[in-house]
Amino acid sequence: MGNYETLEYDVLIIGAGGAGLRAAIEASVAGVKVGLICKSLLGKAHTVMAEGGVAAALANVDDRDNWRVHFADTMRGGQYVNSWRMAELHAKEAPDRVRELEAWGAVFDRTADGRILQRNFGGHRYPRLAHVGDRTGLEMIRTLQDHGIHQGIEVHMEHTIVTLLKDGQRVVGAFAYERERGRFKVFKAKAIVLATGGIGRAYRITSNSWEYTGDGQSLAYHAGAELVDMEYVQFHPTGMIWPPSVMGILVTEGVRGEGGVLCNKDGQRFMFSEIPENYKPQTADNPEEGWRYTQGDKNARRPPELLTRDHVSRCIINEVKAGRGSPHGGVFLDISWIKEKIPNAAEHIKKKLPSMYHQFMQLANLDITKEPMEVGPTTHYIMGGVRVDAETQMSSVLGLFAAGEVAAGLHGANRLGGNSLSDLLVFGKRAGEFAANFAKEYGPGQTHDAEIEEAAREALESFDRAARGAGDAENPYQVQSDLQEMMQNLVGIVRREEEMTRALDGLGALRKRSQNVAVHGHREYNPGWHTAIDLKHLLTVSEAITRSAIERKESRGGHFRDDFPNKSAAEGKVSIVVYQAADGSMQVRRESILEMPEQLKQVVEEMK
Amino acid sequence: MKKAIFRIWRGDAKGGAFVDYPTEISEGMVVLDAVHQIQAAQANDLACRWNCKASKCGSCSAEINGIPKLMCMTRLDQLALDQPVTIEPMRAFPRIRDLTTDVSWNYRVKKKIKKFRPRSPDAADGTWRMAQADIDRVQEFRRCIECFLCQDVCHVLRDHQKYEEFIGPRFLVYVAALEMHPLDTEDRSAELKQADGIGYCNITKCCTKVCPENIKITDNAIIPLKERVVDEFYDPLGKLLKLFRPKT
Repeated sequence: MGNYETLEYDVLIIGAGGAGLRAAIEASVAGVKVGLICKSLLGKAHTVMAEGGVAAALANVDDRDNWRVHFADTMRGGQYVNSWRMAELHAKEAPDRVRELEAWGAVFDRTADGRILQRNFGGHRYPRLAHVGDRTGLEMIRTLQDHGIHQGIEVHMEHTIVTLLKDGQRVVGAFAYERERGRFKVFKAKAIVLATGGIGRAYRITSNSWEYTGDGQSLAYHAGAELVDMEYVQFHPTGMIWPPSVMGILVTEGVRGEGGVLCNKDGQRFMFSEIPENYKPQTADNPEEGWRYTQGDKNARRPPELLTRDHVSRCIINEVKAGRGSPHGGVFLDISWIKEKIPNAAEHIKKKLPSMYHQFMQLANLDITKEPMEVGPTTHYIMGGVRVDAETQMSSVLGLFAAGEVAAGLHGANRLGGNSLSDLLVFGKRAGEFAANFAKEYGPGQTHDAEIEEAAREALESFDRAARGAGDAENPYQVQSDLQEMMQNLVGIVRREEEMTRALDGLGALRKRSQNVAVHGHREYNPGWHTAIDLKHLLTVSEAITRSAIERKESRGGHFRDDFPNKSAAEGKVSIVVYQAADGSMQVRRESILEMPEQLKQVVEEMK
Repeated sequence: MKKAIFRIWRGDAKGGAFVDYPTEISEGMVVLDAVHQIQAAQANDLACRWNCKASKCGSCSAEINGIPKLMCMTRLDQLALDQPVTIEPMRAFPRIRDLTTDVSWNYRVKKKIKKFRPRSPDAADGTWRMAQADIDRVQEFRRCIECFLCQDVCHVLRDHQKYEEFIGPRFLVYVAALEMHPLDTEDRSAELKQADGIGYCNITKCCTKVCPENIKITDNAIIPLKERVVDEFYDPLGKLLKLFRPKT
């Protein structure tokens, strides 16, 4: 076997965004030895991009809020296919997790009486999002990072895991390369927590960075874990669309929370024309009431711009398709109009949405205090992922845990804004805690050299091809971009059976091409090589999304089918589970969703 | 379509050279887009860091036409494109490859700074109360995205290599955020004077000028910290008063 540097931990955390950092802190508090793998530098993970806030029923701004309302909102937003147990734990534990951040140095915006301020957000009945202007994610990751570095956690920056290592049914380690020197490393661990985030790079238009290639979902799948709900992909309604180079960059929902409105090219607030039945009782039916809501009037109902993301995205698509879109194929998002309502509106906007102001000024030459923005849907988040136990976050593989976006369950068919930051705190903590317990209970496992050698060989194939000078070799960037284009077009916001079947064939062809990519240069900090390795993950998650989306014959949340445009009560009772069969092929299975216990059903009823 | 030439530094710790890459440019493009385009079509192994593409992560720091900037926030229409645009790695840090540098020193420095130590919660609900007015200045410092451009431009580090004696503007901002945090009870003034080397800063404000988050590093963070150090260690009247202050 090659002579690889080998490191040993009780708990190895893969991914250093909010969930990974929170898990690492919790595991280290439990007194076990913790290693933390970052794909980038520490503190750069996608959590920094979270803008609007972290949802927790602190009831600082509206004392009618409590865990029951948050639970009901999360279930309604997820179209009732969420893991109700996760939704319950999340709603109950989020407030403590947020207060804990304050004890670790986070500085949230304040209410007049000095408590943590909360703002309105889509699908949340009361102002619930603790925030720092529109850079809440940065505040959270920095707080966790600055607290975490004093906990004795060993951080490995710019490392990427290629495969998980197993001993029988149990996961016992991971095989990695480090970016800087290109060397392989073996990480042995008694328990592993996946916290690798999402899959955004499977699509052309996305708010996600290069890192989000579905690594965790794919690593888990290949290690024998089940994935679930993979058809539910969230397209955030407001991404930048102009100029082309910024396409997909996120425009926070906080813009709408602060009073921003969506208009078509005729200046019409189209969101008023289609309000779903189950949201009618709590949605304003006129602009005046909507405005009062954003300004804190407790008797007003929320404006339709703050309906759930899946719905808002589809309404935008419909406007564009009907020829009422903006010049560059989106719609207008206008916050500047509030100058009619409040004095010093420009200053107010800059104070409440500083990074949005900055982002549009610098990237689009547009002053959001004066003009409307042009926006359109962008791939943002995957609700599905690794299937985990609600309490412990352990997957169907012994010793393998998952938390945050890579795990499935909490958000059902559609995630509410602000619920991902609370998700990663609540379940990051739980994953860290239970992974540490697992590590204390189980001795070290045995890694197997043959498995390691095979992974090393596979990872280096693309160099061999370049060395042989294979004439038909592929450029890894080209394969990646063709995959993104295809997923965008065939398995995007609006789906059809026939197109998705074509996508499956396309994925087969892309897989063949991916096995033929050649990488030039050497192993030291070679992004061409990294892109080639990530292709396997991208292909795996793309196939899982496509197969699941074909299987679900209805429209629900983030999954919308033109050929089955309505919700089906029968389909709403099942989850689609993805797993690898003995012959290596990907299979899907339908499984009944566990029925909600009576007391939770009552909570849902009360809040209707 | 219009073309421009990007003169990108290629090489590693042992050495390297600028290589010219012509590429097509379109409306609204930023330098990072051009680098990506070159990477995808002409130089698959061109090393650079990036993540968010919206000045929130601070990964894509480089020197563009000699000026420390974020590549994601530098629009091509603000540059003279009739001549090549030079892109090189930050000069204050050891080179790894192409546009990437070894910034690990920054992480080591941060770890040495005493962590946040809040006073005991004093509100009835077991938390604290803080007025917005009291945290405004701390929130300014906490906007920092750790791009390390301020460290890169600081002559104490860049030209005089005082890495052992001076923590640099980024970490003075970090200390300021901790020291001015209304809940914090730690005292870091002795370190500021000694280990952090605050005296090395001679207020040229180069750091403020390059900060992509527009943090007034010198005026709002460093100068107030310098004043604290002066009050603590160099004020003769204060020293006298301390003699008579009851010991705590």
